[in-house]
Amino acid sequence: MAKTLVWVEHDNTQVKDATLAAVTAASQLGEVHLLVAGSGCAAVAESAAKIAGVGKVHLADNATLKDALPENVAPLIVEFMGHHDAFVAPATSNGKNIAPRVAALLDVMQLSDVLSVEGPKTFTRPTYAGNAIATVESSDAKLVITVRGTAFAKAKTSGGSGTVEAVSGGADAGLSSFVGAEIAKNERPELTSAKIIVSGGRALKDADTFQQVIFPLADKLGAGVGASRAAVDAGYVPNDYQVGQTGKIVAPEVYIAVGISGAIQHLAGMKDSKTIIAINKDEDAPIFQVADIGLVADLFNAVPELTGKL
Amino acid sequence: MKILVPVKRVIDYNVKPRVKADGTGVDLANVKMSMNPFDEIAVEEAIRLKEKGVATEIVAVSVGPAKAQETLRTALAMGADRAILVQTDDEVEPLAVAKILKAIAEVEQPGLVILGKQAIDDDSNQTGQMLAALMGCPQGTFASAVAVDGDAVTVTREVDGGLETVKLALPAIVTTDLRLNEPRYASLPNIMKAKSKPLATKSPADYGVDTAPRLKTLKVSEPPVRSAGIKVADVDALVAKLKELGIA
Ligand SMILES: Cc1cc2nc3c(=O)[nH]c(=O)nc-3n(C[C@H](O)[C@H](O)[C@H](O)COP(=O)(O)OP(=O)(O)OC[C@H]3O[C@@H](n4cnc5c(N)ncnc54)[C@H](O)[C@@H]3O)c2cc1C
Repeated sequence: MAKTLVWVEHDNTQVKDATLAAVTAASQLGEVHLLVAGSGCAAVAESAAKIAGVGKVHLADNATLKDALPENVAPLIVEFMGHHDAFVAPATSNGKNIAPRVAALLDVMQLSDVLSVEGPKTFTRPTYAGNAIATVESSDAKLVITVRGTAFAKAKTSGGSGTVEAVSGGADAGLSSFVGAEIAKNERPELTSAKIIVSGGRALKDADTFQQVIFPLADKLGAGVGASRAAVDAGYVPNDYQVGQTGKIVAPEVYIAVGISGAIQHLAGMKDSKTIIAINKDEDAPIFQVADIGLVADLFNAVPELTGKL
Repeated sequence: MKILVPVKRVIDYNVKPRVKADGTGVDLANVKMSMNPFDEIAVEEAIRLKEKGVATEIVAVSVGPAKAQETLRTALAMGADRAILVQTDDEVEPLAVAKILKAIAEVEQPGLVILGKQAIDDDSNQTGQMLAALMGCPQGTFASAVAVDGDAVTVTREVDGGLETVKLALPAIVTTDLRLNEPRYASLPNIMKAKSKPLATKSPADYGVDTAPRLKTLKVSEPPVRSAGIKVADVDALVAKLKELGIA
């Protein structure tokens, strides 16, 4: 049976949800082993060991691994790949940053954003902003894949009985250093795991208007807040709100698109939502071609009214 | 400092891709092709670094068919100094592209290689990271700001939670995100001038790179199509629908 190594996405305190979908994908390939690389992250390894179906959890705890710098992390993973058949990472910004570096060092062609496991070396993955789904078979001896979080069920976070094994390694490659981060504090549900998302587009005019119109509706619904690229580019909200081909891929129960036209790059990030609701004043907006429920209206009247009536 | 900018010819981002009826790929016959939008941002960033006096020369590279010359001419018209076309009609995977770029970098010795973070056709998001691995260089992916200072470059990156800043030793690899800059349009005089800028044509074999694919595409299909649903008349009707969904 194939042995897989899953990169655990975490913040040195908690396992991030994206890991759980990667574990599910890996379990369809074979035995699941995890790598928790970080600094002061023993607690992460402990909780990772409880994820259902997990075998060994390798814990590499080293100051050089604190910020997931790919220059330091990739060589460590390459060492592990001496005795694993597949490297599996969630398609998060860390996963996308690290996995191709690992693949090149192993002389393997990576499969990005895998949607399903069709066989030991066969997968489906989206191309052309999700407009063409390719079924692809690898001929490499080892596999390197990143996994789209919305395409796999999350593995359970309890019931597992993995064993944590401390490992050394992760020396500073001396090529890069971490300067700092501006991680937005957000009280609302994270986009990639929110059940309901309210997204705003260019029509929201400016940051203040976006806040006054979109946020109260989201708060009423307990929803996460997303945005189109146009809204992010114009500075209404920070970059981590962007949904789409090059932003976050989401698939909530309900996605409410407000003043968003429905460009293919935006649809690529949300068209797997269970129910799509669109509010747009242009009845011909392409968003209505994918919306289950559409309301043709001026959002500046409709959204406050909706918020008031909920 | 020299900057290498790889550019790819892809389907224009305004075109809706259509899967071929026989399931072998996407129909590109008579479809408008353009420079990958992220690569335009890469070219623009290189030009800005040259305008700031940080870079001295910009070399644009494309791996692709003869028609990729047009993409390189666009880069030259925007402000690149010369171009290299590594000509092949085969589809070349990111790993092989990275190997070709590594071989070119060995000759050209750039201080920076600036690439788009992903191509909008295969959406792989791999080439820059792979090149960094092969060159043993640091990487600043998904960049929204780039500042060169002496023998280091500081890169602000768009990450899941917000922004992150890393400092990399040169030579380094940078991949561009959407908000790094807004690419300029080439002016007519510059388009004319670009025609006489040097463009060398090579082949993957010149660099000793085997481009045989590692991945075999068995099938390409349309994603499940969503059909348009209903339109409600007013907010009250929408509230009623939300109640049916159990969210209000
Ligand atoms: C390489 C590349 C990658 C991209 N990646 C992404 C991505 O990841 N995510 C993304 O979203 N986009 C992405 N885009 C951009 C995409 O092509 C569109 O430009 C963008 O999605 C448009 O945003 P929008 O719908 O908010 O704006 P617009 O297209 O301008 O639409 C605004 C809408 O608001 C409606 N409207 C205006 N006023 C009102 C009102 N008072 N009441 C109700 N409705 C109103 C209008 O009818 C219109 O439909 C990408 C583009 C490129 C080239």
